[in-house]
Amino acid sequence: MDDVSFDVEQGEIFGLIGPNGAGKTTTMECVEGLRRPDRGKIRVLGLDPDRQSRRLQTRIGVQLQQAQLQKRIKVREAVRFWASLYPNAIDGDHLLERLGLADKHNAWFMTLSGGQKQRLFIALALINDPEVVFLDELTTGLDPQARRAIWELVRGIRDRGKTVLLTTHLMEEAERLCDRVAIIEHGRVLDVGTPAEIVRRHCADHTVILVIDGGDEVDPVLRSFRCVTAVQRDGNRYTLTGHPPDFVTHVIRGLVEHRLHVDEFRTVLPTLEDVFLRLTGHTIRD
Amino acid sequence: MPSLLRLTWLEVKIFVREPMGLVGSVALPLIAFIGLTQVRANRLPRRLTLPGTGLFDVAFVPVLASMLIVVSTCISLVTIVSVYREGGILKRLRATPLRPFTILSAHVLTKLLFTLFTVLLLVSAGRRYYPADASFPVADFIVALLLSTWSVLSIGFLIASVAPSTRVAQPVAAVILYPMLGLSGLFVPVSTYPERVATVIRPLPMTHAVSLLTGIWHGEAWGAHAGDILALVIAFAVCTLLSAVLFRWE
Repeated sequence: MDDVSFDVEQGEIFGLIGPNGAGKTTTMECVEGLRRPDRGKIRVLGLDPDRQSRRLQTRIGVQLQQAQLQKRIKVREAVRFWASLYPNAIDGDHLLERLGLADKHNAWFMTLSGGQKQRLFIALALINDPEVVFLDELTTGLDPQARRAIWELVRGIRDRGKTVLLTTHLMEEAERLCDRVAIIEHGRVLDVGTPAEIVRRHCADHTVILVIDGGDEVDPVLRSFRCVTAVQRDGNRYTLTGHPPDFVTHVIRGLVEHRLHVDEFRTVLPTLEDVFLRLTGHTIRD
Repeated sequence: MPSLLRLTWLEVKIFVREPMGLVGSVALPLIAFIGLTQVRANRLPRRLTLPGTGLFDVAFVPVLASMLIVVSTCISLVTIVSVYREGGILKRLRATPLRPFTILSAHVLTKLLFTLFTVLLLVSAGRRYYPADASFPVADFIVALLLSTWSVLSIGFLIASVAPSTRVAQPVAAVILYPMLGLSGLFVPVSTYPERVATVIRPLPMTHAVSLLTGIWHGEAWGAHAGDILALVIAFAVCTLLSAVLFRWE
């Protein structure tokens, strides 16, 4: 890690995003006090995670990437044991109920599905009513349905006034869940901001994709529209690029004015995925 | 209840739920013991004339069975610690207010409890199958066994500290511990080995465990085995210190 700096505000969901191996987990573990940074300064709730880790432990909740529990530990045993470790623990049974694990009290850890295991880990991270919750690659390996259910739970955590710091390599997750994100690549922070800000900053252009059956006359007409900066043609399929905020409106107006017969019309807004491609020259999955 | 006892109780319950673990550390020593007592009753005293002593030692079977408990307990510890590390369980436990010492001590305590349970089974089995030698200081013998187990478990921690993976840890533990038992003086007295071999064997904790257990079984005083006890404590201290430096949590 090199020169990683960011502040997380109380009550927000802050995401460290980037590909696997970018340094997200390392950063998070330093903040949690599980790993000692070579140099630099970290403060969590005013405490130094390295030197005051025991005082910090009782005020934060942690979910670790790819962690397991004992195969044959029962769900309720795990929650009760964790509760016994904290002076400020909340009611475990109620917590399990909130997380949809009420009917799994006596199930062994090894018999739980991926989504159930993650919900149990969320329960363990919340058992001490923490002020800050750390979630590391929470939804990796889950199917889309389980993933959405977990997102809802994380929003619920924030809505109860907690601060959430999470890592993800899923740009969709970052966009839908995070209030603010820091993009990390090769141990460096490339940018920090809300997903919308970051997208605006790095991928200002919007795109409209049109299918128009009109031969060679169509291309110059499209190029004449206001706000259009580029047109790409592939057969009868045209990709128009332009600057927001008026670009799409001008395209629609132009199409109507020129009475063009449109078979397909699709707007494509840039995403964090595009930002990532722009900033690093490769997609996040490469 | 202190968290050490809570965690130990949790680990005991979890261990009992795994059939293979129970078979390895409780059933096998018990079966070996009962089997050996049967063989001994019929043939062993006449056949097995130990070099150097010329006699079959009546403590042989109980001490061997006890040492089997020690070895299987130790291998079980190595396996559990490396499985816990590989699965991120140790790391997850460490991200709590639990002290690292507590997390690891719970495993030692769990193993000592199972050692106690197994040796009590052996004692009651001995009452039935080994009647001729039933009179030995039971409580002292059990204390000596727990002390020996505690010392040898530190070797287990050392192995678990340096073993790269679970797949390697278990065979490595077996390869280290069984020969150590073979050379412990239980089968052939240490004094009959060439001096160079004997020099290597003498400081090993298993050698002292066997000497201590055999002596206590025969009713010798603890004071007569102060050297053995000291050696076991030193072995524990050395292995624990090395483990403290080498131990990896993930």
